[in-house]
Amino acid sequence: MGLLSKKDQKLILDPLADDNPITIQVLGICSALAITAQLKASIVMAVSVIFVLGIGNVVISLMRNIIPSKIRIIVQLVVVATLVIIVDQVLKAYAYTLSKELSVFVGLIITNCIIMGRFEAFALGNGPWRSFLDGIGNALGYGVILIIVGFFRELFGSGTLLGFKVLGDPIEKTGLYATGYENNGFMLLSPMALIVVGLIIWVQRSRNKALIEEN
Amino acid sequence: MEHLELFFKSIFIDNMVFATFLGMCSYLAVSKKVSTAVGLGAAVIFVLAVTVPLNWLLDQYILRDGALAWLGPEYADYDLSFLSFILFIATIATMVQLVEIVVEKFSPSLYNSLGIFLPLIAVNCAILGGSLFMQSRDIQTLGLATTYGIGSGIGWFLAILAIAAIREKIRYSNVPAPLRGLGITFIITGLMAIGFMSFGGMLTGGDEEEETTPVAEVAPVKEMSKEASDELVLTTNEKE
Repeated sequence: MGLLSKKDQKLILDPLADDNPITIQVLGICSALAITAQLKASIVMAVSVIFVLGIGNVVISLMRNIIPSKIRIIVQLVVVATLVIIVDQVLKAYAYTLSKELSVFVGLIITNCIIMGRFEAFALGNGPWRSFLDGIGNALGYGVILIIVGFFRELFGSGTLLGFKVLGDPIEKTGLYATGYENNGFMLLSPMALIVVGLIIWVQRSRNKALIEEN
Repeated sequence: MEHLELFFKSIFIDNMVFATFLGMCSYLAVSKKVSTAVGLGAAVIFVLAVTVPLNWLLDQYILRDGALAWLGPEYADYDLSFLSFILFIATIATMVQLVEIVVEKFSPSLYNSLGIFLPLIAVNCAILGGSLFMQSRDIQTLGLATTYGIGSGIGWFLAILAIAAIREKIRYSNVPAPLRGLGITFIITGLMAIGFMSFGGMLTGGDEEEETTPVAEVAPVKEMSKEASDELVLTTNEKE
């Protein structure tokens, strides 16, 4: 990584683990949970957020000296909304069924707290290059959790990954199903997303005691 | 009757927090004390009750396909629905600013206790989500849109009130250290959501509960046909 200095690397790598936007900073939970029943939807969502946050952070960072602080929230919302409209139109054009499945949650990237959170906390006070790295890093941290949750929910819920039947056919009883294994349909229901994220937090905080909260 | 049905449906069955996970950020951040939770919940009810009908009007008369026909026949072909995100969020941001000014004037103590979270209502997913669901579910009249806004607001209010009360009590229990705070809140919310799923059959007697929860629309794997999903239900039933 000769391209990036130590400090820049930290910007990208920190949010992946010890400063993760979802499990530590508690940002962007809203959309993270509702669309993780399938791995594919999670990946598309992660990519969309990487795009919006990466570009949005740069734009806000370039404009940081000319935005009056009183109306900055509205300016930020307009920037995000424009980027999200682009994502939405691209999805509608090239992946129509997927965009139907994601329904309103693409639009809800606008109010994804990660995006506003990073604009406020980082892009308003740093140059474009560092802001870009920070945006990519945080969006990756968000994407990693999304993909982990999506992986487990799709694997245990419908026995598939990205639509491929990795565990065999549940109706013809091949593969693992021949041994009497059944899909856990409960994993597809919304409450399990919350519980899976809860378990991820549990694992992460058991490994790193410094993250444990007071009560 | 229609209004009553939509009202209870948006409070219990399509509960903002438990069925669609909207507004989770402030839900988790402001639920440490019941008193602040009540303040934020009330603000959310108010903002939803105003913005959903406003956005319904925008959608009906400006945005949807052919909505501009009232300007004259030559405008009838315009479809501006791709602009809905930006117009909806602009309406919401303006309303929130207004609420902030009103609250600051009439209840400074509430204003101080809400602190940073009042401007954050603008980026609360529950508010934008309310408008977007109103649009995608094709709500027919202005009255129904208002009912939907108030109902969803009350649903959100109930959810944050309940979790705040539980978190105040859970301080005295012996939670495993890594789960303290955020982790246990997630798991409790999951359990509450399971509880709220039992409202699914309230309006239909259980016949249509598959359709009523919006997450179920997202959940089925894409190529799974209706028959296949029926079979899945059958096999799980057999197991019981």
